[in-house]
Amino acid sequence: MKPRTFFAFVAPSLALMVLFIAFPLLSVLTQSFQNTQAVFTESRVEKCTPGFPNPICSQETILVAQRDASGRALTRTEFVGLDNYRKLLRTDDIARMVAEGRASLSALLAIDFFHALRFTLSFTFITLPFVIGLGLAIALALNATTRRLRGPVIFASLLPFIITPVIGALSIRWLFAGDGVLAGALSWAAGQRVSLFAQAWTIEAIMILYRIWHVAPFAFIIFYAGLQTLNQDTLESAIVDGASRWERLRYVILPHLMPLIIFVSLIHLMDSYRVFDEVVGFSSQAHVVSLQWLTFDLLTPDNTGNRAIGRASASSMLTMVGIVLLLIPLLKRTWRDHRGLR
Amino acid sequence: MADTRALAPSFGLKALTAGFLAVWVIVAVFPLAWTALMSFRYPVDALSGDPVKIVTGAFTLDHYRSVWIRYEFYRNFINSMIVTAGVVTISLTVGTLAGYALARTRSSLAFWLLIGALVFRALPHSVLVTGYLPPFLQSRELLMPLWTSPLTGWFFQLFSAAPPTLYGQPLAIIIVLVSINQPFTIWMMRSFFMNIPNELDEAARVDGCTHFGAFWRVIMPVMWPGVITTGLFSFLLAYNDYLVTALLLDAQSQTMVPAISSFLNRDTRGSDQIEAIAAAVSITAPLFLLVMVFQKQIVSGLTAGAVKG
Repeated sequence: MKPRTFFAFVAPSLALMVLFIAFPLLSVLTQSFQNTQAVFTESRVEKCTPGFPNPICSQETILVAQRDASGRALTRTEFVGLDNYRKLLRTDDIARMVAEGRASLSALLAIDFFHALRFTLSFTFITLPFVIGLGLAIALALNATTRRLRGPVIFASLLPFIITPVIGALSIRWLFAGDGVLAGALSWAAGQRVSLFAQAWTIEAIMILYRIWHVAPFAFIIFYAGLQTLNQDTLESAIVDGASRWERLRYVILPHLMPLIIFVSLIHLMDSYRVFDEVVGFSSQAHVVSLQWLTFDLLTPDNTGNRAIGRASASSMLTMVGIVLLLIPLLKRTWRDHRGLR
Repeated sequence: MADTRALAPSFGLKALTAGFLAVWVIVAVFPLAWTALMSFRYPVDALSGDPVKIVTGAFTLDHYRSVWIRYEFYRNFINSMIVTAGVVTISLTVGTLAGYALARTRSSLAFWLLIGALVFRALPHSVLVTGYLPPFLQSRELLMPLWTSPLTGWFFQLFSAAPPTLYGQPLAIIIVLVSINQPFTIWMMRSFFMNIPNELDEAARVDGCTHFGAFWRVIMPVMWPGVITTGLFSFLLAYNDYLVTALLLDAQSQTMVPAISSFLNRDTRGSDQIEAIAAAVSITAPLFLLVMVFQKQIVSGLTAGAVKG
């Protein structure tokens, strides 16, 4: 294909990605160094209350938002350097704690950003092995039984995968919260009232369980498709050689599936680093928040209708740096493969 | 053929796998089935915490009626349909073209494009929304020069007297979701096009077709399964999205998924809770139908990217 034709075909897609992905990234970068505030002017007013013989008056100074001709509040944007980052990471507080010798891990994790970072990373890396393991187990089990079960099992498995994440989280929450059946069953089994949404670690555990339930089907379907392309001759010669079931799994099946396991891990890494819907679905913001939720919260207008765009941008940039760092090993490998091909 | 009996598992193992699969199927279906069941019960049964009462309680459609009619959930449904239909159409049009070109070239530019798309695929959506929000809120002022300048003004004034505020516009959301979804779409489309032999294009080119003609008349007719599958995944992204729609749409243009949070916050009476459940089930029902109809395509879509590479 000639470069010009190639470009003509790719242009619309490229334009969208440049305009709506690359360009916003640049603007987030600049916003993270800026602060936008409404412009206020001081104005003196005289307030009077009726009195006899004269009204009682007092002079007060109030702040008035300046408005332009069409009545919109004027804003001023100024360059603030690393201020937004400092406020987000609360570096002043950390420095003070270090100076006073009170610095500890728990104090650090009480800061929203570090709490969110801790949760996001542990969520990502705890769910990963379970998703792979459960997906593999279902795929192997289905592969070992009759083909008639195939359709129904795949249908049932697709449901947790395809469901709207917020709704999926809600449906799990309704089972475990308050009067839910499973909460009742747990309380009955434990012999005392168990409330799972009252402390952080149980909420985290439920979020992790939910994510495994939600993503394992994806791993299962990919592994199951991979098992169909397994070379039967290799498997049969392994049997002739007297390999046990475990050895066949270890030396024939797993190496065959390895590229798929890497693929699923990669996709899972990207997706679970974005954990957000769980926080909404389980309403866990009082106990557990994630990096994406932190940005979301800063972007949501507060009681006075202001959005903390500057700090949200800083948090976005740091979130992005995180995922790029996680992806570097993969990108390096792809780059090596690409150079090897040429 | 080797002795097939050597491959056949023992009875104990068979029972174990069957049992495991049965447990998995129950775990997969139970939360959704139970939620659906609760939505048809009166609060007195549904919130009793007694499974027997929930299973045997009286049947009612009251909650659905109040969700759809009293709280006008159909408006959110219509918004959802507008947004998803727009996203699927534009995403497929743009993505098919790019996917085809990427599958038929070995240039370095294509490689970098795909790697760039992979990195974009990994970006948390909140990062992008942070970039959109300020310009969307002020788009009226930002775009004003286009409307007032003598060169372009006449053209833009054909559409509206003043520039639109993009915040709360379903059309703006459609473009945003299409762009966010674009990296994934072109990867998936590319892997489907890779399955179609190059000889097919070449034959068409020899017969005198232009590149676009070959693409449109020869390749597209055999590409429909791939297009449908990619369309399904675009649909899911647009339909399931909470973050982007919650931040960039206002109350009038809200889609179904973010609208459910208003039901959750209302959570004071017993029937409010069941109404939230009924709204959740209403959101899930179209997805359920989708799996029923398109199970094969969804499975092939999931495996398309992976098995090839």
